[in-house]
Amino acid sequence: MLTPYVPILILLALATGFSLVSLGLSDLLGRLRPSIGKSTAYECGMQVEGSARLRLSIHFYLVAVLFILFDVESLLLVPWAVAARSFQEAGVGPLVLAEVAGFVGVLGLGLAWVWKKGGLDWDR
Amino acid sequence: MPELPLWLVWVIKAAVIYGALLSVAGLMSLAERKVSAWMQYRIGPNRVGPFGLLQPLADGVKFMFKEELVPAGANPFLFRIAPALAALPAMLAVAVIPFAGEIELFGQRTTLSVTDLPISSLYVLAVGGLGIYGIILGGWSSNSKYSLLGSLRASAQMVSYELSLILSILAVVALSGSLDLRVIADAQQADAALWNIARAPLAFLLFVVCMFAETNRHPFDFAESEPELVGGFHTEYSAMRFALFFLGEYCAMTVMSCLATVLFLAGGAIPFWPDAPWWAELASFLVKMSAFLFLYLWVRWTLPRFRFDQLMRLGWKVLLPLALFNLFATAALMAAGVL
Repeated sequence: MLTPYVPILILLALATGFSLVSLGLSDLLGRLRPSIGKSTAYECGMQVEGSARLRLSIHFYLVAVLFILFDVESLLLVPWAVAARSFQEAGVGPLVLAEVAGFVGVLGLGLAWVWKKGGLDWDR
Repeated sequence: MPELPLWLVWVIKAAVIYGALLSVAGLMSLAERKVSAWMQYRIGPNRVGPFGLLQPLADGVKFMFKEELVPAGANPFLFRIAPALAALPAMLAVAVIPFAGEIELFGQRTTLSVTDLPISSLYVLAVGGLGIYGIILGGWSSNSKYSLLGSLRASAQMVSYELSLILSILAVVALSGSLDLRVIADAQQADAALWNIARAPLAFLLFVVCMFAETNRHPFDFAESEPELVGGFHTEYSAMRFALFFLGEYCAMTVMSCLATVLFLAGGAIPFWPDAPWWAELASFLVKMSAFLFLYLWVRWTLPRFRFDQLMRLGWKVLLPLALFNLFATAALMAAGVL
């Protein structure tokens, strides 16, 4: 059952090995000449102003929450998409399609509500 | 000739395909400079090897000898592992791409892909989606404002376009009735009229747009838009860690091109040649994949960059409703017996 996943582990080992070896070689071969100027964050040559641990725009949070909502929705559509052809062959295609349309319709209403509330306007 | 053990066949296939992926990614870095040069009436790199073909190798060696800088305020552990976290998912996603049909390898009959999973398209989406962690951790741990903004933009963009990407793939899944990329490719095998680019053109268009956004490429390259953010999330990176970010990006572009080939252009199928041998299938697969890779470069020098609010508007207000509509139009046409 899990045998087809073994080659993925082999590939993972190869890819991890390549990354670690190339980074390790770079650490070994690269010459280090640290200085205060080099180790400051780059701000176009100006003096660094404050920390970069800033408070973020709330929009990023909103996008993340909306993403989770619609991602779960699309995952719930996966089993239906796989079986759509078989439903149709069994003669219940339109019925199942109507049910799925109801499910997406509810979430579509949600999208319309967020849209109307301005949750999708980035520059508000 | 004695039969090889199965595990050795797996190792050989994984090593060959991984090597090929890295080679394509390296060549793509050369092609990017070469094609850009030609489009701007320049020559491009031509000093290292014939036509500059050894340039990626020379770049790799140079990256290794460069000084590795870690900013003073950075989180050293996350800063060091982030490039590997960004590169690994793209490299792993290639595992399920079916490059060609059955081959015979030292007496073992096997398929030309690292592995065949019944849920391979879900696997690509799941593993590909992890690439975002490397970018956001790299940007945040640098403790630099440009890096932070670049990585935040990249993550907002990637999650927004992932929805439409999944929904456009689902339309193809509904047509083929399977999540297995090999089954999806074989279902289109018989006739060019059955290719999903002809049966689901809107899904193809959505997929291509999302493909550019998911790999942070022009015209959606806000993660590293140089006039606004210097280098974006990799502003503070140097030497091999910088190179790994780029290798990961080129690998992601390659995998996305492979995915587009399998989903919409029937993988390695050749019209009017149904029983093509595996090497012809592989050649046809690589030609189709290269066409998508060329599209990346062509678009880069054709379209201007979007503005970030335009990008979010396109993703949420145009592509997402369109992708939902497309899925249902496809299902309705299937129910009506057209598709």
